[in-house]
Amino acid sequence: MSELEIKSLEERFNQRIANDEKIEPKDWMPEKYRKTHIRQISQHAHSEIVGMLPEGNWITRCPTLRRKVALLAKVQDEGGHGLYLYSAAETLGISREEMFDQLHTGEAKYSSIFNYPTLTWADIGTIGWLVDGAAIMNQVALINTSYGPYGRAMIRICKEESFHQRQGYEIIMTLMNGTDEQKAMAQDSLNRFWWPALMMFGPRDADSPNSEQSMLWKLKRKTNDELRQAFVDQTVPQAELIGLTIPDPQLKWNEERKHYDFGDLDWEEFWQVVHGHGPCNKQRIDARKKAWNEGAWVRDAAMAYAEKSSKREFKQAV
Amino acid sequence: MKNWPLWEVFIRSKNGLEHRHAGSLHASDAKMALENARDVYTRRMEGVSIWVVPSAQITASNPEHNGEMFEPAADKAYRHPTFYILPDELKHM
Ligand SMILES: [Fe+2]
Ligand SMILES: [Fe+2]
Repeated sequence: MSELEIKSLEERFNQRIANDEKIEPKDWMPEKYRKTHIRQISQHAHSEIVGMLPEGNWITRCPTLRRKVALLAKVQDEGGHGLYLYSAAETLGISREEMFDQLHTGEAKYSSIFNYPTLTWADIGTIGWLVDGAAIMNQVALINTSYGPYGRAMIRICKEESFHQRQGYEIIMTLMNGTDEQKAMAQDSLNRFWWPALMMFGPRDADSPNSEQSMLWKLKRKTNDELRQAFVDQTVPQAELIGLTIPDPQLKWNEERKHYDFGDLDWEEFWQVVHGHGPCNKQRIDARKKAWNEGAWVRDAAMAYAEKSSKREFKQAV
Repeated sequence: MKNWPLWEVFIRSKNGLEHRHAGSLHASDAKMALENARDVYTRRMEGVSIWVVPSAQITASNPEHNGEMFEPAADKAYRHPTFYILPDELKHM
């Protein structure tokens, strides 16, 4: 194809997106669109499955059976979210193995929030409330993204997410109705997770160079700062309702803006964790690699079995 | 190591409705694909019947040929009821 032809294809492509048409896997797309989507969707998928690790840490230690079935169901959902997203990325021509490889070698990133430890039971509540809350905010904005398979994955994911946030808030609410120690545990957890949760929305708009292109492709519908503000506005009253204090002395309702003003984030910490130096980066990737490597014989055995019995007829259910 | 093949999953949400594409997954054989599809796509009673099809078995039309492929239908307005001009007094037709 000549450069001129590609240019006119690109113009038509951008026009389709501007008209709210969806792009499907076999459609022509600019290489940069394909690459950017592979990167974003696979990193989103990695976040879902790495996110299972800090919560999985508490499954055996839930305080009641009710909490345990809920946490198990939530963690299982996150595994499913990973699957929907990996499948969506695969439609762009990358294999599951390549994506795992990128995760395990550190080439691909995942949400930094999962590099913080879950030290107490209250952290499971805080994660559901704040981390899933922030994820929902990001994901709802992506339902109308231009790439069909990604948007469809988002619809399923958003449907499943709302119980995640509610079960988390219920955990914290229960602690806040408990003993002084339980209240202190909930407050301590919020103190540790508040700022990392705000960091989930990414760098400030001014430091987010790819934003403009992503807006054009509807890979982003709102800017990082807009989403962060919406999250603060939504979360502060939820904290106040159960007697929690947001750990930000600069937090104040701004009557003129009709938004909360809040303190600046520790961007140094943000970049430290992004670049692999958070409290649990190594532990998370080691756990992923261990599971993948130690599961290799199971995958091989299943494949060998399938090949052996491939002649056996499978009764079709119609 | 050989990778598990990809399967497409179709789900009938209730009797009376058609199966619809729900998504895809990797599995070593059809039985595992069905079980995994149940675990991933029907955890909240979203289905009463599941089909799994090896993705490699699907033949798809090419969107780049949509012109030739679908154009023949574009100029045949006489296939639609509104093509026929009948008096307003005519009822129930
Ligand atoms: Fe999720
Ligand atoms: Fe979630």
